[in-house]
Amino acid sequence: MTIVELSPFSMLVPLIASPLCALLPGRLWPWLLTFAAAVASAVIAAITLPAAMDGTLSYAFGDWRPPIGIEYRIDAANAFVALLVSAVAAVILPWAKTSVDREVPERQGPFYALFLLALAGLMGITLTGDAFNVFVFLEISSLATYALIAHGQDRRALLAAFRYLIMGTVGATFLLIGIGFLYMMTGTLNMADLAQRLPELRDTATVRVALAFIVVGMGLKLALLPLHLWLPNAYTYAPSFISVFLAATATKVALYVLLRFTFTVFAPDYSFVALPLAVVLMALAVAGMVVGSWVAIYQSNIKRMLAYSSVAQVGYMVLGVSLVSVTGLTAALLHVFNHALMKAALFMALGTIAYQVGSVRIEAFRGLGKSMPWTLTAFALAGVSLIGLPPTAGFISKWYLISAAVEAGHAWLVALIVITSMMALIYIWRVVEAAWFQRPAEDAPAVSEAPLRLLLPVWVLVAANFYFGIDTRLNVGAATAAAEALMSGIPGGTP
Amino acid sequence: MEWLGYFNYWVVVALMMIGFYGVIARGNMVKKLMGLGIFQTSVFILFISAGKIIGGSTPILREGVTVYSNPLPHVLILTAIVVGVATVAMGLALAIRIREAYGTIEDDHIAMQEAAEDGRQSESAR
Repeated sequence: MTIVELSPFSMLVPLIASPLCALLPGRLWPWLLTFAAAVASAVIAAITLPAAMDGTLSYAFGDWRPPIGIEYRIDAANAFVALLVSAVAAVILPWAKTSVDREVPERQGPFYALFLLALAGLMGITLTGDAFNVFVFLEISSLATYALIAHGQDRRALLAAFRYLIMGTVGATFLLIGIGFLYMMTGTLNMADLAQRLPELRDTATVRVALAFIVVGMGLKLALLPLHLWLPNAYTYAPSFISVFLAATATKVALYVLLRFTFTVFAPDYSFVALPLAVVLMALAVAGMVVGSWVAIYQSNIKRMLAYSSVAQVGYMVLGVSLVSVTGLTAALLHVFNHALMKAALFMALGTIAYQVGSVRIEAFRGLGKSMPWTLTAFALAGVSLIGLPPTAGFISKWYLISAAVEAGHAWLVALIVITSMMALIYIWRVVEAAWFQRPAEDAPAVSEAPLRLLLPVWVLVAANFYFGIDTRLNVGAATAAAEALMSGIPGGTP
Repeated sequence: MEWLGYFNYWVVVALMMIGFYGVIARGNMVKKLMGLGIFQTSVFILFISAGKIIGGSTPILREGVTVYSNPLPHVLILTAIVVGVATVAMGLALAIRIREAYGTIEDDHIAMQEAAEDGRQSESAR
């Protein structure tokens, strides 16, 4: 079996494991199967990445040759995002076992089955080379996600899931309309084929409208500022494990789809010229950075605070995209990777605190620095990465973003990036201040340090934040290769 | 009378706007889902219109037929319909659970309950 034949299995393994998982009884077996599937998926994605960086891999399903058949087309950009998604799933699952046992005590078989379905959907979106497949996988992962969010203990989780369902479906339907217009004009759904046929039709209104629909639809999915309203509640009320997974992967995959359409399907010299996309995306990204950070400062629920911080971080990624240069794209993709590391670490530390203390409101943090030093230190160190101080992964992505902004001649953006990073410092500091410089409330129950099975995975991710801040060969190398692949505008390098 | 040639597209646009209006303007969750259904259906019609050729036959090889309609949009829409059914089912299931938890599926009634609950929480924190 060659690597090309192996590559689709990183999506197929979770997909096949999912129905099996739904049938398994008890608590241990569903988790074991899920963990095995996620690890297998991550290993396959890890094998695929180096091969995809050497040259584009193409797998024709059922041996129907593209563009007639459905193709999986894997270049540096997809392989990078696919590895990120599956690796995050594999790394957070050992932590999930304990947390899920507490928060979703019953019927864990279906719960983990939904998780596998969401994972398979996200992998499918990243790997496929067929525009309609993107829509189908987007809906598979979204439907699973709505159900997962509804598993939260608070009754508001239901409300959050319902609102996400409405907004998410509108977003996905917009994408479908865009794909429909493209199909009407070109008669093909294969992305590489679309990219070849679109240049002749670039001056038609239909193609411009298709681009607009796709950008707005994916803007909804990736929570770009005015379209972000579903995100804070969805992250806040979902079970801790699901918050970790969604914060680290879901919006990133949506960003990848946006990149794939604006850069590969409609080459960058079209998308950013036919519509004033660069200006619009930059304005929305800046607004997202400022408003997201500003609102985060005033949240008394720390999970909600991190959710608003995610809105701001999506702003950084989109800002990198809006600069339309290799450096800008590298910064965006690098931040996709690094933000997954830091937000996963932060949400996991927070989930650990929720497990021990039973609350994630700021009042509950008073004096926790003494009773749970390891957890709170992990939270603070991941926070340092979020702020972007050296030598953390967060610093590397901010560094690239700033150099991209300078390169594009937007010096004012540098000031803005520094200011919003200071705002991140303020909201992380609020937690640190409450944990170490305030006395616990009189009636607060005594809490002890979290068990090792929760602490260890958190610290692994915190260590990764520092590792990828010092040894940047893997993340910067892969992000640069992915950015170059996207910028070249040729679908997945040379065919 | 040229605009009549685009009759089905006008229908699509009208349905799309009606559905979208329902999603945005209605507070009742079931009505929101109905709006979503209309919105999605308009997209189905859009796709199918693109695949139909006037005078075209079903895409099965037969004697004496030379013009065929494109079957691919129909197949795509079959998938999209299944997705739509799943979405509406999921939404209705959530609406039932919300009704169990809050006793209502009206957005503004729920917002009032939430506001009252938030008030109690901040008082107890103080």
